[in-house]
Amino acid sequence: MLQVRIHGRGGQGVVTAAEMLSVAAFEQGRYAQAFPSFGSERTGAPVVAFCRIDERDIRLREPIIAPDVLIVQDPTLLYQVDVFQGLKPDGFVLINSKRSFDELGLGDIALRYRRERLISLPATEIALKHLGRPLPNAVLLGGFAALSGLIRLEAVAHAIRDRFAGKLARDNVAAATAAFEYVNRRVQELAHAQTN
Amino acid sequence: MLRQIEGSRAVAQAVALCRPEVICAYPISPQTHIVEALGEAVKSGALSPCEFINVESEFSAMSVAIGASAAGARAYTATASQGLLFMAEAVYNASGLGLPIVMTVANRAIGAPINIWNDHSDSMSQRDCGWLQLFAENNQEALDLHIQAFKLGEELSMPVMVCMDGFILTHATERVDMPAQPEVDAFLPPYEPRQVLDPSEPVSIGAMVGPEAFMEVRYLAHAKQTMALERIPQIAEEFARRFGRSSGGLVRAYRCEDAETIVVALGSVLGTLKDAADELRDGGLRVGVLGIQSFRPFPLAAVRAALHGAKRVVVLEKSFSVGLGGIVSTDVRVALSGLTLHGYTVIAGLGGRAITKASLVRTLTEAIADRLAPLTFMDLDWRIVERQLQREAATRRSGPVAENLLRDVGPVASKVR
Amino acid sequence: MTAEIKFYQTGTFTVGNRLLAPELHSVQASIERSNSLNSGHRACQGCGEALGARYAVDAAMRATSNRLIACNATGCLEVFSTPYPETSWQLPWIHSLFGNAAAVGTGIAAALKVKGKTDVRVIAQGGDGGTTDIGFGCLSGMFERNDDVLYICYDNEAYMNTGVQRSSATPPAARTATTMAVGPRPGASFGQGKNLPLIAMAHRIPYVATATVADLHDLEAKVDTAMRVRGARYLHVLVPCPLGWGSASHDTIRLARLARETGLFPVFEAEHGEVTAVTHIRRRVSVLEYLRPQRRFAHLFGTPGHPEMLARIQEEADRNIRRFGLLDASEA
Repeated sequence: MLQVRIHGRGGQGVVTAAEMLSVAAFEQGRYAQAFPSFGSERTGAPVVAFCRIDERDIRLREPIIAPDVLIVQDPTLLYQVDVFQGLKPDGFVLINSKRSFDELGLGDIALRYRRERLISLPATEIALKHLGRPLPNAVLLGGFAALSGLIRLEAVAHAIRDRFAGKLARDNVAAATAAFEYVNRRVQELAHAQTN
Repeated sequence: MLRQIEGSRAVAQAVALCRPEVICAYPISPQTHIVEALGEAVKSGALSPCEFINVESEFSAMSVAIGASAAGARAYTATASQGLLFMAEAVYNASGLGLPIVMTVANRAIGAPINIWNDHSDSMSQRDCGWLQLFAENNQEALDLHIQAFKLGEELSMPVMVCMDGFILTHATERVDMPAQPEVDAFLPPYEPRQVLDPSEPVSIGAMVGPEAFMEVRYLAHAKQTMALERIPQIAEEFARRFGRSSGGLVRAYRCEDAETIVVALGSVLGTLKDAADELRDGGLRVGVLGIQSFRPFPLAAVRAALHGAKRVVVLEKSFSVGLGGIVSTDVRVALSGLTLHGYTVIAGLGGRAITKASLVRTLTEAIADRLAPLTFMDLDWRIVERQLQREAATRRSGPVAENLLRDVGPVASKVR
Repeated sequence: MTAEIKFYQTGTFTVGNRLLAPELHSVQASIERSNSLNSGHRACQGCGEALGARYAVDAAMRATSNRLIACNATGCLEVFSTPYPETSWQLPWIHSLFGNAAAVGTGIAAALKVKGKTDVRVIAQGGDGGTTDIGFGCLSGMFERNDDVLYICYDNEAYMNTGVQRSSATPPAARTATTMAVGPRPGASFGQGKNLPLIAMAHRIPYVATATVADLHDLEAKVDTAMRVRGARYLHVLVPCPLGWGSASHDTIRLARLARETGLFPVFEAEHGEVTAVTHIRRRVSVLEYLRPQRRFAHLFGTPGHPEMLARIQEEADRNIRRFGLLDASEA
């Protein structure tokens, strides 16, 4: 079972991200369960959403305490919420930021995990470029597809088109694709850096 | 057809497939998405003919359903928590009059203190009124039970509550198999009322009944629920034949055949319990899980049959009766009357507190070692409880309880769980 | 030279007038009337509500060619008309709860609409308690949605069936079991209470009217007018209660007439929030004539009595007369 935890703030589409991820997994023939942590809804308040993906029916219903994947939609949360709590040692981390892990002050934390699985992705900038709005959720899913290889980009695109319509869908798919390519490059750079 | 959708949407689509004629509901978290989806379906014409009434309160919602059902229409509404209490008088009226209304209860805690998260206190508060109460384990069962509920209710002329855990199920996106319209039509015929307001054949409905006949009228409601004990499994069986999957019924046993310890529960926690049971089994402990799908009528015989071979029964419930203890466990005890076994009541998940597999494993391990108290509140923070009790012992003007506890708990927004 | 001759219905004995053209006869004058509230019910002698309901429902039945469904709030009418195991009702009728008659009416109307039974109509009935107090929310909701229901309130100005407790329709100074005639300000308080007809008008529903049991033709005509319209309609009928008002059982119709003639109960019609017609006072009388025969106002009289409260009640009547223009030119 793959357990994904998405952190963000109310209004950033965190819950939608988890749902789209579950739809992408469904598209690939898997079982998926997506649900929000049910804090009082308020724009700007910290929000957590979860997505479990498995080859068989998922019976477990509890918050994801030990995620395999962490997606952080808003880096300001890093100073407010312990987003890394429970993250598995070989977990994937995708943070929406222009800055690197070191620049974000996460250098020490990063040492606990596998360096090639920790990526910063300027999702907000990519979203602004393709959508004209700072909505990074679909973008981050494209990045996650590249980072983990566990979800195909086509499935992410399908999930986006399932949720959005017309131009909004097309623009989100374009943004997710851009993120996919960006992360692929970053992963390769990291692999090179490690072998050197 | 397989879909990956939110539980609320799945229920809305299932209800729409049942061809409801009057939908009247008042919004309350966490039922809102169900009602919104149905409202949209009616307004767009996708669900037609159907009247969607934007009522001004839950009391009005159930009252409109009563009028519509009495006039021969298939009526549906949905609510939770405070809303269910606000319509309580009308809830009793509907079952007293024998009107087969179907209502979704998106289980949510009742205040004070105000709490929008899941537990079973709302539907439990109405367990004696005569409504049938069915509990869904997952979103597939939630949508299936609505289809079964219309059939069951209309046959018996009794209203049916379909209970699904608020947020945990309503707001979870998962895979469901949505039936097709012809399949549902073949299973659920048009509503044929036992009593109807019709100028061609005038009747008076709702007369006052004094001591000379009141007991008999109420007994008949009980007799109908007794009939339901037979019909529910039959309807579930017919459903299985037509739709190809097992949903509903009275109880569902998991690994109980040779179990020494059986955990009894209702609703979505059954999924986590099954994972916990598997883990304990892997450790050599003979644990089983009994889910109760039909809470009213309470399946005394089926529960007794499932549990009588066990040494130990743990009832895990998201409800409690202040001043006594468990609600479900009290009902289970009636089923076990005369049998000798160890009984435990574990109250968990009140107000939406997460029930984790780890906590369940720990609690059940204690039960198996017979180290568990007869009544346990799982994962209770005794520290803050003690602080409050000390506060109250120290001074008369100790302040509002909830605010004191919250101050002790500290900020929650920054917490992950 | 021609002179206008007015014929008036007087007394309680005639329900038809042989000088009227047949088509102008009241519904009650005809043996064809549906008699929807059949005799044998358990109302008190002189009950204004039993009279008003019979008048109103028979008129509604004729207007709809007997295609009518009624729902009823808990109260005197419901209790005395359906003593187990009997019912007086000769039309389809449902009683649900005290506060939900308007909502039940909404539900019935919705069911009829969805089933395409456009010829069948709905009336909802309730007393003042079930309408102005506990049923207020449902009523306002029904108005706001403009549901196709005629709501008839039979106003006897207190919770009579439970022992004469005050409602928000209880007039100032009236004695009830919960506004006793004791203390410096005996009886119901001035400045409390709701004017349901005006509140109904504020919702701008298609038709609002007030009527009393003293004017059979007027009441029937208003029910008829209401049934010609679709949407939310409200009819407020003053129905004296001998027991609760402490009046003689033979005074019911006379007191209803005096309520109109003093100006205390304005009789009018309104459409979409605007008054369209008023019934003028024929012979204006002082409120004292209306109050004196009712023991619920007895504490206002005598020595020293409460002349200041009587004066305030007169002021209420004067205000109504001004506001609604209840005196025509000849009487003003």
